[in-house]
Amino acid sequence: MEFFDTVTVSRAITAMTLIFHIIFATLGVGVPLYISIAEFIGIRKKDKHYELLAKRWARGFVITVAIGVVTGTAIALQLSLVWPNFMQMAGNVIALPLFMEVFAFFFEAIFLGIYLYTWDRFKNKYTHWLLTLPVVLGAGISAVFITTVNSFMNSPDGFTMENGEFVAVNPIEAMLNPSAPVRIFHVLGGSYVTVAAILATIAAIALLRKKGAAAYHKKALKITVVSMFIFSILTAVGGDLSAKYLANHQPEKLAAAEWHFETEESADLVLFGWLNEDNEVVGEIRLPGFLSFLAHGNFTAEVIGLEETPEGERPPLIVHYFFDLMVSIGMFLTGISFLYLVVSKIKRWDVHNKFMLWLLVLTGPLAMLAIEFGWLYAELGRQPWIVRGYMTVDEAATSSPYIVHMFFLFLALYIVLGTLFVITLRKLFKDNPVEVELEKHYPELNKGDES
Amino acid sequence: MSYEVIGITVLWLFLYGYVIVASIDFGAGFFAYYAKVTKRDHITNKLISRYLSPVWEVTNVFLVFFFVGIVGFFPSAAYYYGSALLVPASFAIVLIAIRGSFYAFENYGSKQSNVYLFLYGATGLFIPASLSVALTISEGGFITEENGVVSLKYFELFTSPLAWSIVALAVVAILFISASFLTYYASRANDKPALQVVRKWALFWATPTIIMALTTMIALSQRNERHYQNMLDLWWIFSLSMGFFIIAMGLLYIGRNYGTAFIAIMLQFFFAFFGYGMAQYPYLLDPFIHIEQSVTNESMAIALIAAFIGGLLLLIPSLILLMRLFLFDADYAKGKK
Repeated sequence: MEFFDTVTVSRAITAMTLIFHIIFATLGVGVPLYISIAEFIGIRKKDKHYELLAKRWARGFVITVAIGVVTGTAIALQLSLVWPNFMQMAGNVIALPLFMEVFAFFFEAIFLGIYLYTWDRFKNKYTHWLLTLPVVLGAGISAVFITTVNSFMNSPDGFTMENGEFVAVNPIEAMLNPSAPVRIFHVLGGSYVTVAAILATIAAIALLRKKGAAAYHKKALKITVVSMFIFSILTAVGGDLSAKYLANHQPEKLAAAEWHFETEESADLVLFGWLNEDNEVVGEIRLPGFLSFLAHGNFTAEVIGLEETPEGERPPLIVHYFFDLMVSIGMFLTGISFLYLVVSKIKRWDVHNKFMLWLLVLTGPLAMLAIEFGWLYAELGRQPWIVRGYMTVDEAATSSPYIVHMFFLFLALYIVLGTLFVITLRKLFKDNPVEVELEKHYPELNKGDES
Repeated sequence: MSYEVIGITVLWLFLYGYVIVASIDFGAGFFAYYAKVTKRDHITNKLISRYLSPVWEVTNVFLVFFFVGIVGFFPSAAYYYGSALLVPASFAIVLIAIRGSFYAFENYGSKQSNVYLFLYGATGLFIPASLSVALTISEGGFITEENGVVSLKYFELFTSPLAWSIVALAVVAILFISASFLTYYASRANDKPALQVVRKWALFWATPTIIMALTTMIALSQRNERHYQNMLDLWWIFSLSMGFFIIAMGLLYIGRNYGTAFIAIMLQFFFAFFGYGMAQYPYLLDPFIHIEQSVTNESMAIALIAAFIGGLLLLIPSLILLMRLFLFDADYAKGKK
């Protein structure tokens, strides 16, 4: 008997890579949008502050992209190395979106390279701005394709199974599987809201530290908080649709998230709490009938409980916390950004007061946590399946004993990359703060900045 | 043409693309370090970084493209190669990660340091070495399958003359391709001092490249008789390759038409690479993955080919734009833009 089992290590290595990768993947999807918006406003309003915003965001973005690219390469290869049996199957059914994702990535990479090195090369400023569009599109589309792959694992479609072989494969149907639309919606919205929150956090910290260039940071805050509000509402809608989808097609995942054991009508929504020894929920907040409403848009509808799923096929109950935390953070983001909008409309109040800024500082890190929790919920929630209903993770993992060494190899890699990422970003922005850069490149702007 | 032949041809083309762009990149890293050690970095390194900065990300994509494609067209490749290559491919991932991210950290984040340049140069040579293990094991005899467990015979691999020849060939070929590209780029930038340095490098690395190619042939003849015989039957392809090599060497030696010289080198490797691949037909992994028997189902193959055509229509104009802006724009290469 070995003292570790390859399946657990395989899961750990993939979880580790993805938890690390999605930080940068989320930034990779969202940041280009805000660079594009800032540059566009800058050209339209002839406001150098926005131009500088676009430039500085782009500079930080390069560093995140670099890690996004290398960890993305890692996960793409790891899929075959760690889950050879799964990829053999995936190759037959869902190679198409994987392949197209690489095209989108390719497209983005080319234009990002061009964008970064052509700031002063075109006479018409809009020409340079146009280069952001393929980057925004490429980033968004690669998220779309990769989400369809993940959706397939949750709601496989587009093939029939005969004697353990796939027949009548329809790649398009596999790609556009039932859960894909709502998940794409939720993933894109979540990325845009998270990045808005992170950029808002940066601006809020800068304003709290009162180092100067206040006008610049206030403009940054306005773009990002308005975006946070819009996208957090869209993401919530996407999340609601996802919950309704789960209730109908993947009830065990929703039931595990809600600790909803018995099938019943007018099911309660359970917030937080814990389980005692007899698996009873204790210390929770109960919202009567709300789970039925969440699942079917009707307070008295019947919601399928976990008991209907065979014991060996139930997801772990810990996903309840991930689900609750994700939802709570989402609501917090909508609330704070709404509060900011209201306060900024009232002339007598200063929207940039300390309390407001501190709340905004919290949004970025919390949003990123919500992304992690959401993915943990989505991924753990389909245990024990890798392809729901067809292949379990045990059947898919590699049997190589070296997997445990590889775990530590990658752990070391991510620690190094993460540390260097923080050091480099700090250096990049600390050695060249906004106020210095403004003075150097746009001296005419500095006068109005003292306010 | 059948789907599997289209598929493997396309993938081989992409792998060839990766070999060329990655060689330039990997070699440039090594040369940047070498120039620093020999105190010639002020002559050459500006040129190197001007070329590398906008394209490093694109280089990575070629590789991802190849292996996503191969798993798509030949799903059993994921099973056999994925299982067997866990360790060498993981090392390649780590090296690629160090190289790619350090590149960004150093170039956009802070000042150049010697440690970084060393890592950058060294990883550039180790990555091809770890990736070339895949080529070695495709010849057969390096992996076993017992009770559904695929494993790599490490001892066999590390004591194989073929494995070491392929590694050495990969490394010297990289230095040769890279140096000749930099020669072209320096002439484009009209940078005479850099040109003198990199031209010497190109001329120097040509000889080991040819020697290692021949050594690899000999090692192959002992390892895989079938592959070797097929290569002999395709002698005309390898003669073309040799012909282009001679043209390139001539031009480099006389010291003119460096653009043509580099194209000749690209053709030299194109023919050698395709000849090598065609001779391996019909196996992707001798004897486990037979191209015709392991191709994906028809509908997926059609979808992949359609996606591929659509993707190329998008990519080729973009790549041309990228090259026009940074490669063929003399002002950019000179550092004026």
